[in-house]
Amino acid sequence: MLITTTKGEMDDSLLLKKEGSIDNEDEYTTWVEYYLDDELVHRSAHVTLKKSPFMDLVAASLA
Amino acid sequence: MANTQSMCTSFLGQLMTATHNFGTSPIRAASTADTFKAALYVTTATINAATTAYSATNEVSGTGYTAGGITVTNATAPSSTNSSSTAGVGYWTPSGNLVYSTVTLTTAFDTVLIYNSSQSNAAVSVHTFGSQTITAGTFTLTMPSNTTTTALLRLSTT
Repeated sequence: MLITTTKGEMDDSLLLKKEGSIDNEDEYTTWVEYYLDDELVHRSAHVTLKKSPFMDLVAASLA
Repeated sequence: MANTQSMCTSFLGQLMTATHNFGTSPIRAASTADTFKAALYVTTATINAATTAYSATNEVSGTGYTAGGITVTNATAPSSTNSSSTAGVGYWTPSGNLVYSTVTLTTAFDTVLIYNSSQSNAAVSVHTFGSQTITAGTFTLTMPSNTTTTALLRLSTT
């Protein structure tokens, strides 16, 4: 599989792949990194938010 | 039957479509849908509830990223649903994920600002996440399901 890198497209067989994730109350995030020797040449991340801004509206009582 | 004090649920949805204007003089008369955009900000920025409009200050920069961010896909109008005789929710979620393709953003960022580029770049909402950098890759913000409890924006009466 070809990977877009800082050095152009490279076959993933030439690269070291690292993956990780975070899963907490705020988000679920995954990322993938590819290294050529010790140099980071590709990093992508995918964030799924679990919390959103929320507005509570109130109609005042006239009584 | 009895009368019950409440904000009307239909009003919640209509707030999102600018049906009502409480100003003393109308400030807009658009007949077409507004364009919303999503800009990313570095971790040292100060983007919060006090933010009134998009600014390029402390916005991310890098290969493949255009100042101002990307256009939010908006094919689904806001909805409003009653949860009881006294409560309801108006809600809206972009109809597509926010995808920044083939970018290099080496300064850590943790915030996206949704704003209305059709209305003087007025700020809509701020969403934060864990600090990220991207190298010749894609940054994707997956939108939540468009429901009364998970939508990206929710106006609620309780």
